[in-house]
Amino acid sequence: MRAPEAILPLRAEGLGFSADGVAILKGIGLTIEAGRPTLVIGPNGAGKSVLLRLLHRLLPPTTGHVTWDGPAADPRRHQAMVFQRPVLLRRSVLANLRYPLALAGLDRAEQDRRAAEALALVGLAPLADRPARKLSGGEQQRLALARAAALRPEVLFLDEPCASLDPAATRAVEETLQALAARGTKLVMATHDLAQARRLAGDVAFLHRGRLLEHAPAARFFAAPATAEAAAFLRGELLW
Amino acid sequence: MVSLPAMNDLHSAFGQALGLVADGDATLGNIVLLSLRVSLTAVALAALVGLPLGALLAVARFPGRGGVVVALNALMGLPPVVAGLLIYLLLSRSGPLGPLGLLFTPTAMVIAQALLIAPILAALARQVLEAMWEEYAEQLRSFGAGPWRAVPTLLWDGRFALLTVLLAGFGRASAEVGAVMIVGGNIEGFTRVMTTAIALETSKGDLPLALALGMVLMAIVLTVNALAQGLRDIAARQAG
Repeated sequence: MRAPEAILPLRAEGLGFSADGVAILKGIGLTIEAGRPTLVIGPNGAGKSVLLRLLHRLLPPTTGHVTWDGPAADPRRHQAMVFQRPVLLRRSVLANLRYPLALAGLDRAEQDRRAAEALALVGLAPLADRPARKLSGGEQQRLALARAAALRPEVLFLDEPCASLDPAATRAVEETLQALAARGTKLVMATHDLAQARRLAGDVAFLHRGRLLEHAPAARFFAAPATAEAAAFLRGELLW
Repeated sequence: MVSLPAMNDLHSAFGQALGLVADGDATLGNIVLLSLRVSLTAVALAALVGLPLGALLAVARFPGRGGVVVALNALMGLPPVVAGLLIYLLLSRSGPLGPLGLLFTPTAMVIAQALLIAPILAALARQVLEAMWEEYAEQLRSFGAGPWRAVPTLLWDGRFALLTVLLAGFGRASAEVGAVMIVGGNIEGFTRVMTTAIALETSKGDLPLALALGMVLMAIVLTVNALAQGLRDIAARQAG
């Protein structure tokens, strides 16, 4: 069961971004629909992180625009983002969970309810009163994920959330991601880990040198990539 | 005329000074208490203005910001006598605040010391919090928190670092002599504090009281530094 879409679908048209005169993304046209996770893949430096930041409005596009076609008046309230390195406040685990909920204007009882639910989701309930920045790397990323999930976003952006985690921690994060996807959260996730993309993807957006070379259902993309670059990337050849 | 004391004079002065401290001499006690009252109040006042100002400067981006930061850093070296002179001009009978009758009162000393250390607190807070802001900025913006909302967040999350900033301010205030001398007038039993008393008693040749005050002042400065170190240790354990 899933609530009707408030902000999806998301459309990017002619999206480009340059920093100091260097083009990092060029002419991205992309529509992201509700449903299974969209995985943004490509070699390092392809522009994956910048694309997520443009979609989440952390960066202003140099060209083109991003539009949310759903009915919600304030799309920002229906999105959240988890970063490669979790940014935790210098407070307890519980206070970290409450912070964005308070910003969103939820009352204390609702904050506590959602925080407890989010802690249970990632299995960190016993650590609620610990200083957040004293957790292990994997626990910190799970907390960052729980904090984003507690906002109940319709769209959750994830920028290589497992890039600095060991396999066990990666697995714990992926299990949480599967659970979130199953309850209807749209995940838009950048990764350079092909195996992870295969495990999670509903559709794949393949970026290379700042261009979107393919956007296709995962099954088709992995079985029969349409471009030579994607085929080479899937074979594990080094692209740059 | 003051003649240099002979070596055994120094010895006896030192002995008498220890006696004054050990006996809890009333004159000594009053001077110490007034010093603490003036400097602690000045730190509190300066903190109310300086810390939020430093935090705001850490998050705000505006034309001329670089110049403001440079000016603030330069003001850290504001000579106490100049701070005293400015407040003297404001409070003297013909000055704009003359009718308040504050010149040569402990209140005037508090104002002069607050003026002296507010830029120190603001500049140090700006440094500490700007580093934190670089880490937090994207995440807070993702939560929908703008710079204004970030200021209280940074002040709270930087609380341990800011306590050491406050201690630095207190150290500066309690050790300065020029500002309190000019606006306080070193009136016995009313505006005489440790530093002005040391200056006076030394020039009068009353070394025991000067030495006793010097010892107390050193003890306070040492305690403050020990506290600062302890706080840094606690912060490292608590907040990471």
